[in-house]
Amino acid sequence: MKITRRHLLLLLPAAAVAWESVLAGTPEQSPNYTMTEHWWGMLIDISKCIGCGNCVRACQEENDVPDGFFRTWVERYHVDDWHITEPQVISPDGGKNGFPVAKEDEGKYFFVPKLCNHCADSPCTQVCPVGATFISPDGVVLIDQTYCMGCAYCVQACPYGCRYIHPTKRVADKCTLCYHRITKGLTTACCEACPTGARQLADLKNPADPIHEFLKTHSIHVLKPEMATNPKVFYNDLDGSVR
Amino acid sequence: MSVFRNAGHLFRLAAVFVVGTVAFLVIRAAVVPRSFGEYGHYRGAAISEIASLPLHFAGHQTCETCHTDIAKMKSAGMHAHVNCEACHGPLEKHVKDPSIDPGKPDAAVLCVRCHAASAARPKWFPQVDPAQHSGGIACTTCHNPHNPVIAAGGSK
Repeated sequence: MKITRRHLLLLLPAAAVAWESVLAGTPEQSPNYTMTEHWWGMLIDISKCIGCGNCVRACQEENDVPDGFFRTWVERYHVDDWHITEPQVISPDGGKNGFPVAKEDEGKYFFVPKLCNHCADSPCTQVCPVGATFISPDGVVLIDQTYCMGCAYCVQACPYGCRYIHPTKRVADKCTLCYHRITKGLTTACCEACPTGARQLADLKNPADPIHEFLKTHSIHVLKPEMATNPKVFYNDLDGSVR
Repeated sequence: MSVFRNAGHLFRLAAVFVVGTVAFLVIRAAVVPRSFGEYGHYRGAAISEIASLPLHFAGHQTCETCHTDIAKMKSAGMHAHVNCEACHGPLEKHVKDPSIDPGKPDAAVLCVRCHAASAARPKWFPQVDPAQHSGGIACTTCHNPHNPVIAAGGSK
């Protein structure tokens, strides 16, 4: 049969539809995990953090985070009595190898572990021009790195500085709340490695999760509430000087 | 009728428009991934791709299924809530193939990482000045890291 121009025009759409279904394949489903039954967040108890840097190392090992970049990091605050709103903050190599010994002196010290706040109203997902970053139905801010073109709008949009451009992949990268772990019933690598339980993964949709009792009975704060991002990383005992 | 005298121009224009529309639809169908828009303005399949990334940390529940003796010893002591991989590092490879020996962690680095005295650490947390406390003797001489109370004996 001779293929005329008319035949070709008719064939093209059919071929395109067929080819597309070949490319897409069947997405793999996690067994026993229903996205709509979860709403993930994290609880960080400042009074329990000892600044050992276990979480930072665990995160880098679990997620192959390149050296010098951090999906989570720990900051050490030093607030002295005379400069209550001007804290001195250090985070040598993200706190990965701990912190220099602090001598007893004026003021107070404390550690603040930071990570993506998995905001329910996240500015980073709103600015993505290609739909490469999004909030999953279970409340985790994720990046589709095959779709990301590395424009870094999201890096600028995050008020918490939680995103970076991966030095070799040239796409945006950030904490996934160990999505590959929490969907299998495990906790995140940072929570697994935290020796004092200062970090706790929380499922806000699970009525049996201890987070609910904790939020009810403690003084809880989130970072930069004035940004109206509705963050889901909750801090216990957070000092007002933390930025 | 004179009104339709030049209708041919319109039909040609309409044909170009139809061809353009079809081409647009065909190209869009080809380049937009199938799962785009499944949950929102993104590729839905990305979620399951991220969920299937490889594990490195096995989780203490997995460790405890084989190392029941250590788990029992640990549950009695101050380190009961310190998970295995907090000190031993990621061990999923060892879980997949138990013949891979993860080796013993270096106590000289690990103990002081948490317990070296620093004014920055919370007051409730047990801290020592390593030089003053042991004078350079390895921590594990007196303390067993799985149950660090002295009465439990050292691991050396």
